[in-house]
Amino acid sequence: MSIQELAGTPGALGEPLPRLEGHAKVTGAARYAAEHTPSGTLYGWPVQATVGRGRIRSIDVEAAEAFPGVRLVITSANALRLADAGDGELLVLQSDRVAYRRQVVALVVAETAEEAREAAAALVVRYADEAPDSLLSTTQPALYAPEKVNAGFATDSEQGYVDAALATAAHTVDVEYATPALFNNPMEPHATVARLVGDRLEVIDSSQGTSAVKASLATLFDRDPESIRVRAEHVGGGFGSKGSPRPCVVLATMAALMLPGTPVKVVYTRQMMFALAGYRTPTISRFRLGAGTDGRLTAISHQAYSQTSTVQEFAEQTAEVTRHVYAAPNRLTTHRVAALDVPTPRWMRAPGECPGMYALESAMDELAEATGIDPVELRILNEPSVDPESGLEFSSRHLVECLRRGAELFGWPERRRGGRPTDGAQGRGRFLTGAGVASSIYPAMTQVSGATVTALPEGRYEVGVNATDIGTGARTVLLQIAADALGVPAETVVIRIADSDLPKASVAGGSSGTASWGWAVTKACTRLRAQLDQGAPLPPEGLSVTVDTTEEVGAMAERARFAFGAQFAEVRVDLDSGEIAVTRMTGVFAAGRILNPRTARSQFLGAMTMGISMALHENGELDARFGDYANHDLAGYHVAVSADVPAIEVVWLPEHDDALAPMGGKGIGEIGIVGAAAAVGNAVHDATGIRVRSLPIQPDSLLGELAQRGR
Amino acid sequence: MKTFDYLRPADAREAVAALAAHPEARLLSGGTNLVDLMKLGVERPELVVDVNRVDFGGIEAQPDGGLLIGAGVRNSELAADLLVRTRYPVVARALLSAASGQLRNMASTGGNLLQRTRCTYFMDTTKPCNKREPGTGCPAHAGLSRELGILGVSDACIATHPGDFAVALAALDAEIRFETSDGPGSLPIEEFYRLPGEHPERDTTLPAGAVITGVRIPGLPYGAVSTYRKARDRRSYAFGLATVAAAIDVEDGRVRDVRIALGGVAHKPWRARRAEELLIGGAAMREQFERAAAAELAQATPTEQNAFKVGLAERLIVGVLTELTELRDETEPPESTDTTAPTGPTTGDDA
Ligand SMILES: Cc1cc2nc3c(=O)[nH]c(=O)nc-3n(C[C@H](O)[C@H](O)[C@H](O)COP(=O)(O)OP(=O)(O)OC[C@H]3O[C@@H](n4cnc5c(N)ncnc54)[C@H](O)[C@@H]3O)c2cc1C
Repeated sequence: MSIQELAGTPGALGEPLPRLEGHAKVTGAARYAAEHTPSGTLYGWPVQATVGRGRIRSIDVEAAEAFPGVRLVITSANALRLADAGDGELLVLQSDRVAYRRQVVALVVAETAEEAREAAAALVVRYADEAPDSLLSTTQPALYAPEKVNAGFATDSEQGYVDAALATAAHTVDVEYATPALFNNPMEPHATVARLVGDRLEVIDSSQGTSAVKASLATLFDRDPESIRVRAEHVGGGFGSKGSPRPCVVLATMAALMLPGTPVKVVYTRQMMFALAGYRTPTISRFRLGAGTDGRLTAISHQAYSQTSTVQEFAEQTAEVTRHVYAAPNRLTTHRVAALDVPTPRWMRAPGECPGMYALESAMDELAEATGIDPVELRILNEPSVDPESGLEFSSRHLVECLRRGAELFGWPERRRGGRPTDGAQGRGRFLTGAGVASSIYPAMTQVSGATVTALPEGRYEVGVNATDIGTGARTVLLQIAADALGVPAETVVIRIADSDLPKASVAGGSSGTASWGWAVTKACTRLRAQLDQGAPLPPEGLSVTVDTTEEVGAMAERARFAFGAQFAEVRVDLDSGEIAVTRMTGVFAAGRILNPRTARSQFLGAMTMGISMALHENGELDARFGDYANHDLAGYHVAVSADVPAIEVVWLPEHDDALAPMGGKGIGEIGIVGAAAAVGNAVHDATGIRVRSLPIQPDSLLGELAQRGR
Repeated sequence: MKTFDYLRPADAREAVAALAAHPEARLLSGGTNLVDLMKLGVERPELVVDVNRVDFGGIEAQPDGGLLIGAGVRNSELAADLLVRTRYPVVARALLSAASGQLRNMASTGGNLLQRTRCTYFMDTTKPCNKREPGTGCPAHAGLSRELGILGVSDACIATHPGDFAVALAALDAEIRFETSDGPGSLPIEEFYRLPGEHPERDTTLPAGAVITGVRIPGLPYGAVSTYRKARDRRSYAFGLATVAAAIDVEDGRVRDVRIALGGVAHKPWRARRAEELLIGGAAMREQFERAAAAELAQATPTEQNAFKVGLAERLIVGVLTELTELRDETEPPESTDTTAPTGPTTGDDA
């Protein structure tokens, strides 16, 4: 029985099943990592460096050790030696070197969190400090070309002759767009509870993938992976910052191994998150576009700059996305990275695509202005027939349809103002409005995963898949997938996730979770169904099937697989203050089959909201003298609040794509943020005539120009 | 967190006595600022004196048409009060533009006035700050100063008073009342707050050991023609980049009287006396408003990062006066404004 035939079964795919754990979450019954407190739990408090770079000359632990309740102080002098697991950030307390301000230099473990905190404050650390070098620019001497950029992509790519094409182009755009350091800030701060029980290491971690945490801990502490169990039953968001282990889990585990039998809990404060959880690197994108009088691109050049730390290379693939969006015979993309005295950046929702498309889609708006072609039409004009970079066929691509449908729903181009005041020609009115558009794109990826399913007596089924549900609804959708593949009502299935004792599975990241885990679940359930249908006997302990998808994923045809979308934003600018408000937003997406419209809508909405936040609010403010992102709390680091977000219209187009995992979905966790900030920025330009080329766009981005223009 | 002793006096006198016996003690009201600063290590009191059981009185109408507000009255309660909303919309709007619904439910009249600056250097004990540790220097001048002061600043400090309520009070010539071991006292708000000068460690002139008991707002016949506007980086739950509290009395197209105070631009709520003087007696027209605003802001000495506040404050002054004198025909009103009629005291946010 195919999935298509099963659609309509109660709880089956495509139905808006509410989240299984919703009630537990809103009533507080769902326990997050930090809420697990086995008896005898000790609390670890990380001590952070107060210099931007240098060496620790001495740490006087005696004062801290003398505090009531303190059980252990770990510094590089007594820390367990760690083996490299591929991320220098995890090699905590291994040397006296300080690579960035707020790096962990010690861990104080005490009987209560308050005691640990106070003793940590009393720890005397003396430094030999040096001036940090922490400011990214296109002329930073520390810039270099990495061997590869993230996700294994080529650092540079070139086709044809960009410079020659630009020299003869009828229209050119040569601009630089910048995005600041952005911090993931999931609601739940990172937290770990670790305990050594006999020979078994039990870890509860706020993580997007426990298989990866287990593998890293095994390497770091040189332990048999089978002696480690990592669980993450409920995770309060991650946005990428929990996509790989963070220092938190290493610190808690180290303390737990040094205090055998005792559970140790380490919870980041919100402030710690700004140095120890990862963040989106600031980026600078230089865009050069060339086009003929007809608006067709003859050249696209995207040179991207980003930062990493001195402990670990992290090369954001900012320009990679530009390789796949628009057709042009002459193409160049490059990445340069500066290793600075800063915390290591990490993944944040749509790493690469998000900052890259902000720049590309802003530059396209400038090209539309230069050519006098409507921004929607300009994009449609430059639609490629195959993937411009690889020449591969797209598995499906409905960007044009998204743009057309979005234009219709939003009221494009009627809502464009072109800088005209809203109330007559005098320009005396208080508000200006304008509208902007941008395209969205995000790769549809599938990773190898395992799953297991058991048929139990009385028509019940138990599915186990090491997925993590970081608040997306993954648990619910996987249950729907299982019920669908088994051909049974959803109520007869229970699902277990987020436990590394389950078959190994991929991380909740890259918008690949549902496709990857779902494929394994589908395979296991389909096999079990076949066995049952063939009359396999059902023993009292149940009949189990365990599979993985190595073969299937390996056999996928070579295609360019992406989800697409179009976003339209309307803004209102207050001339009395320069304040900008988004008053309308429409997003149209073509992302394959939508498996659960309720949870899907939330993903698009949330990501578009995060895009508004990126456009107008979020800004990691660096004080380069200290090497510090100084606004490290949620009062200083502004995330959009409800009042900043208008009613957002989210629509998806029916899309059938046979070249994906069998459920036919493309992954929807990230595409909604891609392009959103550009749509807002382009709307600000439409309203004011002002191009703001660095984010966030705030009153001070506009006031000077407005005054010069007599507004 | 540092351990501390805790005392919960029953009346103001007991609270005063506790402060006299323990000069380093801190009063705890809503706790929304003090507790944050304790967590950051900026405040490390040995003793916390909780005044939440002290009855400082409620909101009382005064014979002169003014109001007396007890120090314990919560911000949300005050903003929702009918007398406040009708006599001084500027006060209700200032309160509602501040913080979030939850914070306003806790924040008290007394505590709000004494909230500390939001300068990031002040709140970070790993960095120098003259306000927190006199003599250590001020990294803000050449650092992250975008949100800091442009008027009345000193070499030692460019911090701002971050609050909104006090700005409205400054426009209304309010008086801060307090109790000390020598008996009761009071200070006009303009003397209560101070400029940083050489001593940025002192925010106010409140005598040491004093407990604020209330605020008196004198009657103002044209108080109903008043409002508050706040420019900020997001539409709720953000401190003002610049704010304006204003009230105006116009007759036959002439300004009979006007009150203007600015927030987010100085170490104290900044009473715009120059602008007021220029406006009084003149025509109530936009060009005049612009001239007055420019004259007021001519005194500004901003940093590169906060130079935009000069133009911003000017625009806000002009915008508010224009709105109050109804000169402008707003053909496209905002879909949701942040300073409209106050909602109830419990959940309503400011947008
Ligand atoms: C994230 C955030 C955003 C905010 N945004 C804004 C904003 O936009 N605008 C704004 O105006 N405010 C804002 N606030 C500040 C908030 O308004 C204040 O924290 C609050 O008003 C303080 O009142 P409280 O009663 O909680 O004071 P507490 O924290 O209890 O006390 C503050 C200070 O006052 C002293 N104190 C308290 N009562 C008395 C008394 N009776 N006599 C003498 N001293 C006393 C205390 O000792 C302490 O030093 C924000 C706060 C937060 C946390």
